Amino acid sequence: MHQATQGHGNYLTEGGFWSWFTTLDHKRIGVMYLFTTLAFFIVGGLFAVLIRLELFRPGNLFSPDLYNQLFTFHGAIMIFMFIIPIIPAALGNFFLPLMIGAKDVAFPRLNLTSYYLFIGGAMLAVAALFSGGVDTGWTFYAPYSLRSQTAVILVTLGVFVMGFSSILTGLNFMVTIHKLRAPGMTFHRMPLFLWAIYATAIIQVLATPVIGITVLLIVMERVLQIGFFDPKLGGDPVLFQHFFWFYSHPAVYIMILPGMGIISEVVTVFSRKHIFGYVAIAYSSLAIAFISFLVWGHHMFVSGQSPLANLLFSVLTMMVAIPTAIKIFNWTATLYKGSIQLQTPMLYALSFLFLFTIGGLTGLFLATLSVDVHLHDTYFVVAHFHYVMMGGTVMGLLAGIHYWWPKMFGRMYPELSGKISCFLIFLGFNVTFLPQFYLGRLGMPRRYADYDASFTTWNMVSTIGSWFIFAGFLWMFAYLIWSLFRGEKAGDNPWGAKTLEWQTSSPPQVYNFEKIPEVKEGPYHYGVMKTE
Amino acid sequence: MLPQASSSAHSFEILFGVIFWFSLISFLAVSTAIVFFVIKFHRTRRDPFKTPFIHGHTVLETSVAVGLFVVVMIFFIWGWADYKKILNAPQDPLEINVIGKQWLWEMEYSNGRKLINEMVVPKDEPVKLLFSSADVIHSFFIPNFRLKQDVVPGLYTTLWFQASLLGEHPVLCAEYCGSAHSKMLATLKVVSKEDYDTWQKQWEKAKTQKVEEAQEDAASMAEQGKGLFTQKGCTACHTVTGQKLIGPPLNGIFGKEVELQDGSKHFRDENYIRESLMTPGAKMVKGFAPLMPTFQGTLSDSEVNAVIAYLKSLKE
Repeated sequence: MHQATQGHGNYLTEGGFWSWFTTLDHKRIGVMYLFTTLAFFIVGGLFAVLIRLELFRPGNLFSPDLYNQLFTFHGAIMIFMFIIPIIPAALGNFFLPLMIGAKDVAFPRLNLTSYYLFIGGAMLAVAALFSGGVDTGWTFYAPYSLRSQTAVILVTLGVFVMGFSSILTGLNFMVTIHKLRAPGMTFHRMPLFLWAIYATAIIQVLATPVIGITVLLIVMERVLQIGFFDPKLGGDPVLFQHFFWFYSHPAVYIMILPGMGIISEVVTVFSRKHIFGYVAIAYSSLAIAFISFLVWGHHMFVSGQSPLANLLFSVLTMMVAIPTAIKIFNWTATLYKGSIQLQTPMLYALSFLFLFTIGGLTGLFLATLSVDVHLHDTYFVVAHFHYVMMGGTVMGLLAGIHYWWPKMFGRMYPELSGKISCFLIFLGFNVTFLPQFYLGRLGMPRRYADYDASFTTWNMVSTIGSWFIFAGFLWMFAYLIWSLFRGEKAGDNPWGAKTLEWQTSSPPQVYNFEKIPEVKEGPYHYGVMKTE
Repeated sequence: MLPQASSSAHSFEILFGVIFWFSLISFLAVSTAIVFFVIKFHRTRRDPFKTPFIHGHTVLETSVAVGLFVVVMIFFIWGWADYKKILNAPQDPLEINVIGKQWLWEMEYSNGRKLINEMVVPKDEPVKLLFSSADVIHSFFIPNFRLKQDVVPGLYTTLWFQASLLGEHPVLCAEYCGSAHSKMLATLKVVSKEDYDTWQKQWEKAKTQKVEEAQEDAASMAEQGKGLFTQKGCTACHTVTGQKLIGPPLNGIFGKEVELQDGSKHFRDENYIRESLMTPGAKMVKGFAPLMPTFQGTLSDSEVNAVIAYLKSLKE
């Protein structure tokens, strides 16, 4: 330990290169998660570009088998190695202790363990890429995944190991929020990002074990020929879908809730307004977390599950719309009578509001039983999912990265470049995915290496859109890396925000605060108080 | 635009339209509000230190929640009502067995006629498809009818429709099933009732000639089933005359309720019969001992279909 320098240097410069690998500092672990998951995002994104190239027009650019591997890896990498971990494990790790005024998370060693588990699991999945690949889709549906000749075992074991990383991170965050809040920080004075992270942690801890067990059963069935899911061995393939979605539906909320949390922070700071309906937004996160456990069967309306199950899952799924709409309503209402500035984080937050609203509304079509019978497993679902995940979570993530960039690295990103790439991504995203709603309605199934010529026009448009997204991200990565070295020095609180992370230096010192702050008011006390 | 070739397609379009317009209006409302607020309350027009301190508005938030609840309940009930029509087949439909295999569709008519990747059905007549899979999960998707159903190994699933538009309609596999998933395509031909009858009669006539040449394969499914019933030794324990031997008699049982060992009642449908063949001990009929061997691996899917067709053909 560097007792002598403690509190003087910042977390980035303290110690040598090797000290990063053994660090227990939540900020460093957060930064390592950030760069690792962004690296996987680039890989997953390149696969997406290749997918769109294949679908530019009918016929085969790649072999169908290669195409099947491309969408499998695109899905598996984006889901398990990017979108699930990035906001909680990278931004959550960095900012959770700062935002509650703590020195670190409750269990720093466990935190580092989580990171190495994540790396271990990810390496297993990457190993699969180089040992024959996997062609099952990220959903691993049985009995296909039991009979596929590809490296299913490696990938599923990777998912199993990464699951532990997710569980331990969730557990760590729950304990930290309960035990380490600064004096005066009641639950109702916590920033909404932390409510979202807290709700996410509950799902991580409760749901992730189920995917662990499920993929382990797949491995056992493949290796030991125990018949869980393959009817040839007396198993039930629909059971697999129940197990899989019992995790993977709540997991969708592991992906979106933290993004929603970031929106609450950014919208208030950039409109200088107290959040509209703090309590409603906070508890709607918990409500969404709770309902998320009861709706998995809406992935299975045509799977052969009973009509009664379909009835119940349809009505429960409709319930998700309510807390979600409350949030959208409250964020919009927060803008009312504010003083709005349109810097890059706010532009991403507004993009979130536009795109996530479309994502949410198109969910209504899929929750409606008779309509889903046609739309299920078509490009309509692909578009809906991307509007929620990329239009929602990724926009929230990008808002968060730009918003907190000066705090994390002490330097500003270049504003104009930020706006340009936000524009490219927003435009490209809509050009890519809006046509896919239409293709789905026309009946183009997903996971098709080749398609009927009647679908050509809109597929071409969609592929062209993907190039704009690609350009936007390329530009973003270029200016972000540039800003690490040449960016304008940021002050401690460039946005004038009220949450605690802005009360320490940028970048923060090793133990976060000179002295533990005392909290006397809520996190969004902007504007003129009414005299009461 | 996609043709509407069945009554379910028509219902789909109406409900889809309703949700679409609701969504569009909601989206426009949200985005107009955002754009309006961003312009009206931009920093250049508003002092950042003089924004009002608004906590929320309980009445407004509650009314949004309640209003939306009402709307989604309407969608849910409407969707369920339409879905029930998709579920419940009318009496005595034309039944066709469909077997999904990597990567083709095998259609089997009750007269024993088999077609690959092609199905012919009469217009305006209810048709019920009975699906099984020979390998992995597939999904039988008819976009022009706005219908699909997963085809699951080890489980019978069904789908019924009444085609209203003559012509050829594409059928696609909608559940990912491997290399040639996107090539697992079929054509559904809708013809007039008269044309359909002629089409079958011509084939049956040709078949009778062949049967005279002692072609056993082309026997009707029920005939094949009858053959299997003797060949596989079922007759040792089961009669088709109502007489009780070691096992229950099997005439006139199809589609009827039976009392099980534990006192519960169960319909003897396709799935029940398959289960009784593959896992005989699972749902034992009351009053009989669990002595039957499993036919797992002994009977192929199409043989099980044949046995079921035979049992269906038996009257009390």
